[in-house]
Amino acid sequence: MEVISSGEGRELTLTLRGELDHHAAKEAMRNLEWELDAALPSKLTLDFSGVSFMDSSGIAVVMRALKRMRAMGGSAAIKNVPPQAKKVFTAAGIFRIVPLEEGEKSNESKTE
Amino acid sequence: MKVKPNNYIAIEFPSRSVNEGLARAAVAAFAAQLDPTLDELGDIKTAVSEAVTNAIVHAYPQEIGKIALRACIFDGNLLEITVRDWGCGIADVEKAREPLYTTGGEERSGMGFTIMESFMDSLAVRSKNGKGTVVTMKRRIALRTARR
Repeated sequence: MEVISSGEGRELTLTLRGELDHHAAKEAMRNLEWELDAALPSKLTLDFSGVSFMDSSGIAVVMRALKRMRAMGGSAAIKNVPPQAKKVFTAAGIFRIVPLEEGEKSNESKTE
Repeated sequence: MKVKPNNYIAIEFPSRSVNEGLARAAVAAFAAQLDPTLDELGDIKTAVSEAVTNAIVHAYPQEIGKIALRACIFDGNLLEITVRDWGCGIADVEKAREPLYTTGGEERSGMGFTIMESFMDSLAVRSKNGKGTVVTMKRRIALRTARR
């Protein structure tokens, strides 16, 4: 699972690419924590635009990221979530805990 | 008086996490003959992924064991998916099905059964301590009249 970082100042965006299942989640968590430790952001945004499939393993990844951010006194958000992953997040009530931000581009219309 | 499926696939693989993708891709390819929507296909893949991951993580925590995946099509566009393992079994199925309950630690969310339940029409879990677990899920694929 590829994790691409971007952003400036204390705001970090991590873009996930590929299928986020249990197999990929271990590596995703490692990469994510490495990026957080390197950037020490006050705000983290997880961009799911490149996630072609996600199961409940994605929830554990988001919860881990949120825990790390809160421990540093920061916040986390999610954006650009494709419909399939959105359904998984919604079933788990994740958007009540981590806000879903309006993305600048939506690829939802493309995939439906 | 078991009803025979109109079509089925049966595959077997060791409980290695690399096989999770294969399992859901195989079922998705098989289900394609029911002409599901992208949405329905996404639900089915997600449910299969959850069931297979459960077997990999929980049924065989210390060893690599066998997982059998079966998908059947019955009359009325009904898809039935069975994931079977011969692992340690679930001590308390009721508890395991509760949202957020997990014995998987920080790597798991405890939402697996909840997602299988909400993404499929029905979910049945049979488990015996030390013998294994069978998860059976059903989903009726809507017949679409307006096809191209």
